[in-house]
Amino acid sequence: MRTSLILLAIAFASISGAGAKPLTYQLPEETATLRPAPDMETAQNNCAACHSFDYIETQPPKRGREFWEGEVNKMIHSYHAPISETDAKAIADYLSRAY
Amino acid sequence: AARVTTPFGALAQDTVTLPFANGERRLVRYPGKRPLIQLTARPPQLETPFWVFNESVITPNDAFFVRYHMADIPLSIDPEAFRLEIKGNVERPLSLSLAELEKDFEPVEIVAVHQCTGNSRGFVEPRTAGGQLGNGAMGNARWSGVALKSILDKAGIKAGSRQVSFNGLDKPVMPETPDFVKALDIDHARDGEVMIAYAMNGEDLPWLNGFPIRLVVPGYYGTYWVKHLSEITVLDHAFDGYWMTTGYRAPDNACACVEPGQKPRATAPVARFKIRSFITNLADDAKIASAKPTLVKGIAFDGGYGITDVLLSADGGQSWREARLGEDLGRYSFREWQAELTLPRGTHELMVRAINRIGQTQPVQPLWNPPGYLRNAVETVRVHAA
Ligand code: HEC
Repeated sequence: MRTSLILLAIAFASISGAGAKPLTYQLPEETATLRPAPDMETAQNNCAACHSFDYIETQPPKRGREFWEGEVNKMIHSYHAPISETDAKAIADYLSRAY
Repeated sequence: AARVTTPFGALAQDTVTLPFANGERRLVRYPGKRPLIQLTARPPQLETPFWVFNESVITPNDAFFVRYHMADIPLSIDPEAFRLEIKGNVERPLSLSLAELEKDFEPVEIVAVHQCTGNSRGFVEPRTAGGQLGNGAMGNARWSGVALKSILDKAGIKAGSRQVSFNGLDKPVMPETPDFVKALDIDHARDGEVMIAYAMNGEDLPWLNGFPIRLVVPGYYGTYWVKHLSEITVLDHAFDGYWMTTGYRAPDNACACVEPGQKPRATAPVARFKIRSFITNLADDAKIASAKPTLVKGIAFDGGYGITDVLLSADGGQSWREARLGEDLGRYSFREWQAELTLPRGTHELMVRAINRIGQTQPVQPLWNPPGYLRNAVETVRVHAA
């Protein structure tokens, strides 16, 4: 055993616990919305299933059409977002206009 | 909105502005956490406000950053029913309860930095897509658990094994989206240092940091530190999932970089941390007294070779002086450092640069790669002496 691995001297409170009840976690509400611009509804309908809109909102500003086309294509090809070609084009237009 | 680097009065604010374009963020309090910088809500991604790193060399559990990829995160876990499966190319597949993990294996402990591969991406120029983080997607904790090697030994790795893959309870929303699964080479997996942690700083893992158990891969980027770890699979081939073959790859050259805007010819999975250092007690535009010694302190870390020197410059990098290193908590930990500077009236650019045992140091000019990973440029803090 390497020296950096120090034997644990103290016993931790058991994480397996005594009660058989499952533990739960409550997430706060999500609040991010899309910016109003033409074709916002197309983005709303296609981009909300897998993550919140702050994924879009926090991207660097004014990166242009190529940047957003790349993102939409990544969603379709890497993550298998079911988005039609027409919608993909409208969403890329919307995103490059609004962000 | 307060600047995120401002330690005073920030808790009264509910927003901060990270110092790059579109850096406005909400401070949100999640159960078990103090208010943290919210990058995204679903799945939760939370960044540690930078002033926390000036409070202690160990990052408190309630301030530790949170990174998820898949939005279907576990929100209900029964610790009694929970099992860690070890399967694949092994003699004896195992299904371990938390009680067995704690009782049947020798406990180990290590202090190690955990850092997101995309930490500091917001500072990358030209900007790149991905999580737009300041410098707070990192933390240093004392991890307690079991060496992965002990578990693999008990299961008995069969000859011809090449990699080990790791999956957790978080799942993609659409089944077609590649699940977040990571892999390590077999020799790395059984090096005795990679561990399965069930405690962090002496307490259960916080829920959002992987309760009840997570992988800890000392010195390696956070992408490998799989949370809510539930499945370990020994493979007789290289794992070919998306998050190894496409995601989390950097240019396969010495600097892991290309000219800004260029594409790399070849890529490799990200691996060990690049060396970094930060000033933690002075934020940009801090006012200090002139002609009197001012304490400058901070932290440094690397991929596990060990920090040997921290150098400080007060003249924009023309001359450097040595800082004193603080207590050594192990070669994977943050290493504290401090120095006193006496500066004349005026504005000064303080720069900090660390060097490790194998001579690695930080570039003054930031290196660039398309995904905006592995940032480790020399940091500069501007101060005004009056
Ligand atoms: C089928 C699932 C799915 C759908 C639908 C989807 N995304 Fe994503 N998206 C993902 C995943 C997975 C990530 C990576 C999450 C992570 O790493 O945190 C992601 C990340 C992002 C990011 C962050 C930057 C990056 O490149 O990682 C942006 C921006 C984004 N998505 C925009 C969109 C837009 C715009 C749409 C609609 C056109 C969309 N998403 C629809 C799965 C999806």
